[in-house]
Amino acid sequence: MELRVTNLACARGGLTVLEGVSFTLRPGHALVLRGPNGIGKTTALRTLCGLQPALAGEVSVPPESMAYAAHADGLKATLTVTENLAFWAAVYGTDLVEDALQRMNLDALRDRMAANLSAGQKRRLGLARLLVTGRPIWVLDEPTVSLDAASVALFAGVIRAHLAAGGMALIATHIDLGLDEAEILDLGPFKARSPRDGGPASAFDEAFT
Amino acid sequence: MSIWEYANPKKFMQTSAWALPWFTGLAVLSMLVGLIWGFFFTPDDYKQGSTVKIIFLHVPAAMLAINAWLMMLVTSLIWLIRRHHVSALAAKAAAPIGLTFTLIALVTGAIWGQPMWGTWWAWDPRLTSFLILFLFYLGYIALWQAIDNPDTAADLTSVLCIVGSVFAVLSRYAVNFWNQGLHQGASLSLDKEEHVSDVFYFPLLVCIGGFIALFVALVLLRTRTEIRSRRLQALLTRERGTA
Amino acid sequence: MIALLIRDLRLAMRAGGGFGLGLAFFLLVAVLVPLGVGPEGSTLAKIAPGILWVGALLACLLSLDRIFALDFEDGSLDLLATAPMPLEGVVAVKAFAHWLVTGLPLTLVAPVLGLLLNLPGAGYGWLVASLALGTPALSVIGAFGAALTVGLKRGGLLLSLLVLPLYVPTLIFGAEVVKRGAEGQAVSTPLLLLAGITAGAAALLPFASAAAIRVNLR
Repeated sequence: MELRVTNLACARGGLTVLEGVSFTLRPGHALVLRGPNGIGKTTALRTLCGLQPALAGEVSVPPESMAYAAHADGLKATLTVTENLAFWAAVYGTDLVEDALQRMNLDALRDRMAANLSAGQKRRLGLARLLVTGRPIWVLDEPTVSLDAASVALFAGVIRAHLAAGGMALIATHIDLGLDEAEILDLGPFKARSPRDGGPASAFDEAFT
Repeated sequence: MSIWEYANPKKFMQTSAWALPWFTGLAVLSMLVGLIWGFFFTPDDYKQGSTVKIIFLHVPAAMLAINAWLMMLVTSLIWLIRRHHVSALAAKAAAPIGLTFTLIALVTGAIWGQPMWGTWWAWDPRLTSFLILFLFYLGYIALWQAIDNPDTAADLTSVLCIVGSVFAVLSRYAVNFWNQGLHQGASLSLDKEEHVSDVFYFPLLVCIGGFIALFVALVLLRTRTEIRSRRLQALLTRERGTA
Repeated sequence: MIALLIRDLRLAMRAGGGFGLGLAFFLLVAVLVPLGVGPEGSTLAKIAPGILWVGALLACLLSLDRIFALDFEDGSLDLLATAPMPLEGVVAVKAFAHWLVTGLPLTLVAPVLGLLLNLPGAGYGWLVASLALGTPALSVIGAFGAALTVGLKRGGLLLSLLVLPLYVPTLIFGAEVVKRGAEGQAVSTPLLLLAGITAGAAALLPFASAAAIRVNLR
């Protein structure tokens, strides 16, 4: 299985932000999406995960193969670290909680309420959720926010292990994760074009012509 | 030529620009004829006196209060299934008109009820149903206004319109049931259809025709306004995007 | 699915879940109404079914916006939408969890409040039966309203405006069951209609709610 994206176009708030995004991701490989703020990285990732419809283009793999890690970690403050992870493990039907706790270095915090974690620890817990999904394609939106250097290295190691096991990773980030083997896709600035210059037409464009 | 061509904003603007004066004229003409005929050239009712003549406002308003919602239901379904923007905007345009007709029906009903029943308000099943319909309109309009993104608003209000229709029908039957439960053999209900004689019937038909033309004209006008404002938004957004 | 139910119940029980607020509100209604209406037993007995049903309905309304709003804010709703279970199921489970922590307790304490309102003896059984049958519909319909308004800031008031008209049939049939029961009349018709509304709402509304959430997430 490989992830092939062809000519993807997506919109945010009714405004087209990306057009003609194409790439191929093979098992064992990672792709880093780069580009300035507001270029549409998050929108592209949400589109791939099926959270919003694409305006155009094709994605060869259904969203069911992807595990999405967004800006927000989806943690419940009044649940413990283990309870938070065990919930997602039950949802995805896996028993990888112990493994995830060990690998994300959360073992010592296992019975602590998520409310009492530091920002970086919360982030580690949020990323540990990827490990219990058992899904092959990780879709990561700025995964290293609030992580210290040691945690970034730890997480880079986790990604490497995932790739080595035949997984794939799609990462939107500004920060160098130290994944030298990752390919890089620079998203160019998208210029809105009028329909006359070949831009996408809105239903309201011709109302008064 | 398919009916869906009118769902294109451009085509709709052209056609409605042509149709709007005709419907406006028809509305003015038949409402003038119907109301003058009804108010001044019909006899007083032997029981109700001249009070009965409010029927020429009350019945058409009540009919359109319901039919405006039906129109919103149909246009909402068209939006959800075929994604024609004009359809969603027509539903949005019709809602305040339907709300106003509901209000007219309620107020004229109260004015009619006062001399007939000796009270401005009775929890008659019909009146109660219209009050509930009024609340449905309020909720629908409030949802449109609360959401910024026009497509999101169109989707959510359409879903609300469909679910609301089912619950409006349920409420109608529930209210019937509820009132029978209160007063046995409802004493305050109005069997209009049975009591309306030909003298009232024909001017009433003309009034109903006039109200329908008025409704169509208002919906066309408001939909045109909505399309223009969407066009303006599209232009502004594009300008910001290219700048 | 069961994991989601357990999680929602656990969250409701732990601090900050707002569990019990609805009950306290229900109690307040039952205390305030006699203070406003007067202590006369026969008047209270007459309006008790309606007051108890309206009170239960408003108490239920209080916690509706929490069904999805908290999950929306912390990102869980995005993750649930990409998880391997249908969003319709997520909605149904969350509505059921809402019923377990609001509708069910309301049903259980209602007889005590019926005592305060001088509800006639024959009405207690039907009060519990009608609330047990009707409050699930309140949660399911409420979840639909919450799904429509989940993306909105300050959606609480709008939520009430959207949901209360939808509560009309449930309220009418529910209160009618208690009224008829208290007067010793046959209750089977309104009871069946109430059950029908609950069954229909539980079967169909999760689809509309899930559609609304998908729209709000995109």
